[in-house]
Amino acid sequence: MTKDIILAGVGGQGILSIAACIGMAALEEQLFLKQAEVHGMSQRGGAVQSHLRLSSSEIASDLIPEGHADLVISVEPMESLRYLSMLKHNGYIITSINPYINIPSYPDIEVLLKEIWSQPKYITLDADQMAKECGSVKAANMVILGAAAPFLGLKPESITKAIGMIFGSKGEDVVNMNLKAMHAGRDLALKQL
Amino acid sequence: MQRLLLLGDEAIAQGAIDAGLSGIYAYPGTPSTEIMEYVQASKEAKAKNIRALWSANEKTAMESALGMSYAGKRAMVCMKHVGLNVAADAFVNSAITGANGGLVVVAADDPSMHSSQNEQDSRFYGRFSFIPILEPANQQEAYNMVRYAFDLSEKMRIPVMVRITTRLAHSRTGIECLETKQQNDIHLPENLRQFVLLPSIARKQYRELLNKQPLLEEESLVSGYNNYIDGADKSTGIIACGLAYNYLIENFADHKVPFPVLRIGQYPIPVKMVNQLYESCDKILVLEDGYPIIEELLKGMLDKGKTIRGRLDGSLPRDGELTPNIVGSALGRTFEKGAAIPELVKNRPPKLCDGCSHNDAFLALNEALATYSRGRVFSDIGCYTLSALEPLESINSCVDMGASITMAIGAADAGLVPAVAAIGDSTFTHSGITGLLDAVNNQSPITVLILDNATTGMTGGQASSAYGKVEDICKGLGVDEAHIKVLKPLHKFHDENVQAIKEELEYPGVSVIIPRRECIQTLNRRMRQKAKVKSMDI
Repeated sequence: MTKDIILAGVGGQGILSIAACIGMAALEEQLFLKQAEVHGMSQRGGAVQSHLRLSSSEIASDLIPEGHADLVISVEPMESLRYLSMLKHNGYIITSINPYINIPSYPDIEVLLKEIWSQPKYITLDADQMAKECGSVKAANMVILGAAAPFLGLKPESITKAIGMIFGSKGEDVVNMNLKAMHAGRDLALKQL
Repeated sequence: MQRLLLLGDEAIAQGAIDAGLSGIYAYPGTPSTEIMEYVQASKEAKAKNIRALWSANEKTAMESALGMSYAGKRAMVCMKHVGLNVAADAFVNSAITGANGGLVVVAADDPSMHSSQNEQDSRFYGRFSFIPILEPANQQEAYNMVRYAFDLSEKMRIPVMVRITTRLAHSRTGIECLETKQQNDIHLPENLRQFVLLPSIARKQYRELLNKQPLLEEESLVSGYNNYIDGADKSTGIIACGLAYNYLIENFADHKVPFPVLRIGQYPIPVKMVNQLYESCDKILVLEDGYPIIEELLKGMLDKGKTIRGRLDGSLPRDGELTPNIVGSALGRTFEKGAAIPELVKNRPPKLCDGCSHNDAFLALNEALATYSRGRVFSDIGCYTLSALEPLESINSCVDMGASITMAIGAADAGLVPAVAAIGDSTFTHSGITGLLDAVNNQSPITVLILDNATTGMTGGQASSAYGKVEDICKGLGVDEAHIKVLKPLHKFHDENVQAIKEELEYPGVSVIIPRRECIQTLNRRMRQKAKVKSMDI
């Protein structure tokens, strides 16, 4: 089993919280794991990416080769398209449709969504709205994680356990809210499949 | 066995803690920052009373670590590649003094300049200084190498460099830890003149250093960090240094390379192994994630031997970091290409945060300078360098730590009056103080903005050595108190801030303006922690 995943977003949007949950779940299943993160200057509102590789055998490169990623998981719609060259032809884009507009040349959102919907395989979701319905917009990243969950090759209970471990220190209510958000994302992805 | 999910930087830190570290010294710099941060956050390090505080700059860090080594304990000093330029005087001479307690210098290079002004290769410094280098291929090796580096340092009585690059530093994977080692007891060098580099002593020490080189090369042959892996296809022999080995094997099923490979993880270069590869193969491909050092040595000035492929003949790009695809292409492999990136995807460069104090400071500076010709603001290394970009477009230079003040002096000397320097509080205490002293002695007509956000911002909000000391330092250097002004960089004070800066621009001597407001990131973090503590109280 191998899964090569590009996580995309804008510095400050917390893509590493998604990476941490997937990483924890992968460790739970005794998989090998490498996760290349972006630190430093780009974290200041710039485009950021993380390469996350899971495998049942040892992993060599910290970077995913071009055209080799199984998934692009993005917390921002324009950023979901920035790494298309990394994605396999039959790879999935899983992205929030909530734009983060901090540049004057940001494209028209309708045109942008049409571009995403013209890709071979995608799941798009209004993660902010879904997270609000689950209790807090802060859980949007867990909604997106949920939408990606059916494609990760990980057991649902490993992901549930990982969320419990990562948010455990913040109390049971926070854990349950994040679990609810993850399940909402998962249900929506399964419907769109 | 304990298995931890660690960044390369964190693996180095844990490796040092487990190897009997007594003190770590550093100045923040991407991609090295997380080494010190990990030790600072480690309960284990706290329990072992390991000294872990930020230094004013890389030179003071290097010297403090050397002092701990003198006293017989194991010390680590960490910096980004350009930090080694700052520490170079101490670093080069530490090879001549030699070490007593194990001394490990971690230099974190940044090929492709993800967060840097250049992509210099620290292996040059090791070679230049006759200091052995370890270059891990992965995070587990980084952990293990730190232990070995301390042992080697004590065995050979020499500082040892661990050279990493951004990808290794900032990639996370599972690490297996070794049994922990006790810290050394304090013990001074047998020869109390070992660290006295008077010419008569230095000449003797330098010869000793040169005499150590064959022994260090022997270590390179037997340590296990350089491996000759034979392959059936002798048309090409491959030298793969550090991380490049991963990119190489990524290109082959089951990571089995059909060519003979010399995997290099330790320097001085194991010449016997290089010769074995050269003699057995038709041509050589050299993979280095940095400058083409081995490639250039192997090729020689006249390039009259076998074909040497790499960065110099265009087989690999001359600059930038390696990737699996770049390495694969050099081996003639083809790839399934992903789709093209649609044109509507626009660049999203980093920018100052919403609510950042620097933004208000530069808006005021821009307006105060509006009546002068453009191009007179010299700046420095930090978040505020982003003010070079739209929409602010405030600054005209960013070269090295502290260069803002000294470049303003030179430009003013040339007749560019007023000249302005804009420098952060942490950069000011790192390397700006001596420049300001020059300005005072020179009576330069410059206006220095010390942008005081009470932290080292760009690297994520580490403690600033300048905290609470900026005015006193300036006064102590001889800046006239009447020309030291503290401003509150907020929109509501914009007009009075513009007026204050204008007045100082007109003053024909050294003036210092301190726009002071806490970094919005550290403020938010503090508020979150406060809220957390409060909710725990309830």
